[in-house]
Amino acid sequence: MSTILNAFKDAFLLIVHFNHDFYQVLFLSLTVSGIATVIGGIIGIPLGTVLAEYEFTGRRVILVIVHTFMGLPPVVVGVFTFLVLARSGPLGSLNMIYTPTAMVVVQVILAAPIIAGFTHASLRAVDPRLGLQARSLGATRIQSILVKMREARAGIVAAVIAGFGGVISEVGAVLIVGGNIKGSTRVMTTDIVLQTRQGNYQLALAEGIVLLILALVVNAILTRYQESGTRIGLFRRLALRRD
Amino acid sequence: MLEPIIEASQLNKAYDGRVVIDIEHLAVEPGEILVFLGPSGAGKSVLLRLLNLLELPTSGKIMFKGEDVSAVAGGRGLDVRRRMVMLFQDPLLFKTSVEKNVAFGLSVRRLPRVEVKQRVDDALELLGLEGSNDKVVSTLSGGEAQRVAFARALVVEPEVIFLDEPFSDLDFLIRRRLQNEVRDIFKGKGLTSVFVTHDHEEAARMGDRIMVMHEGKMVQAGTPRQIFRHPESEFVAQFVGMENIYDGAVVSSGEGLAEVSIDGQLIEVLADRDEGETITIGLRPEDVTLVPAAEADSRASSRNTLVGRVSRVDAQGPTAYVTVDCPFPVRALITSRSLEELGINVGSDAGIRFKATAVHVI
Repeated sequence: MSTILNAFKDAFLLIVHFNHDFYQVLFLSLTVSGIATVIGGIIGIPLGTVLAEYEFTGRRVILVIVHTFMGLPPVVVGVFTFLVLARSGPLGSLNMIYTPTAMVVVQVILAAPIIAGFTHASLRAVDPRLGLQARSLGATRIQSILVKMREARAGIVAAVIAGFGGVISEVGAVLIVGGNIKGSTRVMTTDIVLQTRQGNYQLALAEGIVLLILALVVNAILTRYQESGTRIGLFRRLALRRD
Repeated sequence: MLEPIIEASQLNKAYDGRVVIDIEHLAVEPGEILVFLGPSGAGKSVLLRLLNLLELPTSGKIMFKGEDVSAVAGGRGLDVRRRMVMLFQDPLLFKTSVEKNVAFGLSVRRLPRVEVKQRVDDALELLGLEGSNDKVVSTLSGGEAQRVAFARALVVEPEVIFLDEPFSDLDFLIRRRLQNEVRDIFKGKGLTSVFVTHDHEEAARMGDRIMVMHEGKMVQAGTPRQIFRHPESEFVAQFVGMENIYDGAVVSSGEGLAEVSIDGQLIEVLADRDEGETITIGLRPEDVTLVPAAEADSRASSRNTLVGRVSRVDAQGPTAYVTVDCPFPVRALITSRSLEELGINVGSDAGIRFKATAVHVI
């Protein structure tokens, strides 16, 4: 029990002492997973939308593939990406293996299907007559899809949250393609594994707590965005009160 | 006659080979309220979507003000579509403020902001919603929400408005009020409207003209009076509330009057039919009067008087349906007060009367 309590203390100290190594690791975690989530969203949201809104041959096949990738074990993706990016692999000449770029690549492969799958599901949950109503009010096909995306916003933000949560907490794949090199590819999760192996349980747990706080902050921001729009903004309300 | 706003011919729509719309010809005249009346599954909603160019017909032609628009896709289709608008049974509001909802049709047309604001305010006022601009739609009642939907549709100043059962989810009183208001607004603007309903009373109240639909086909078209008084088929008769329908044989005829035998009972009917011919006749419950059995023999202006036993009484608040077996069942609609005064109960004897002119030969 004292280990856990001390871990909380250490976590606090880690944050306030501005330990350089620790902040480097934290920053890399955020950057890699952040960029991967953004790219995953850029791929996943349109992909999920197309799968939900358009009928074309092969749609169902792509959907099955997306759903399969959502549940793919990260280590498998890690091994596969490793083989492709390794010096002897087909893309070896890019010299990407054991770099943060390789970690971004592997995390995009993990995040994009999750975001696409949840986007598809949340758009499908919107009343299809809403799109019809929008078009009968004069909206183009694209405008009517944007209307449905706005209605499904909570679900699409949840998709991004799930994507980010999936990659920030992931350890196997980034370890394989990144290599956990200190000062270069070491991120929170791989460092936690290392510290645990070395018997630094307290530090490992402290880092885990920091990771948790990080996830909490990011999700709080996203959730705030998710909930906005269904009610009037604070400033608007204050402005209204005055007149 | 004016040129129709919308005209469709040989219109056909099939889903996976199953035909849901098969209409030879229909025309929507400028300024009229046209009602498509029919049971659910008759294809009324699909027909609206075709006319609103939201779906393409499998085959056939749709003309909008003389221009063939049945196959126009993309830009030109959008231009024509933007001269029409549709309202559904549910308000289908977007999860945002009332103002943004009403402004939607204008925003997608990229109109200047000042004009949008002015037109939104005007539309809200027209529907009695002034000052509701910043309300969030989730806080609205059902009636208010449907009013917002009407404002959102009317703000785009359409030339044709399509309405797919827009009142059916509302409470009786709110429905009546909104029906009247909407009819006044349409008539005031001279707005052409095409209205879908399965409720024949609503059709009669709202429509200048009614087209009755059955299994994707147009079975009868005419003014409410024509449809309700002279249904041309048993289906239409039943659907518009002509609940007493019988098959009979003509036993004698002359001077435009025919005597028809139904299960051995003789009934006088206003019709020129030959002896021995089999005909189907209809009788509206409200055209049947009930009299005490003892008075049934005394001659009155009603030419047909029958006596039978009451087999069913369905009280509906101020009115009641009484079924008398004479021996074939005849349904009569009377006021609850006369039901009380006559002292009629299930099992008691009663007389029924109806004029020969009230009997409709289908």
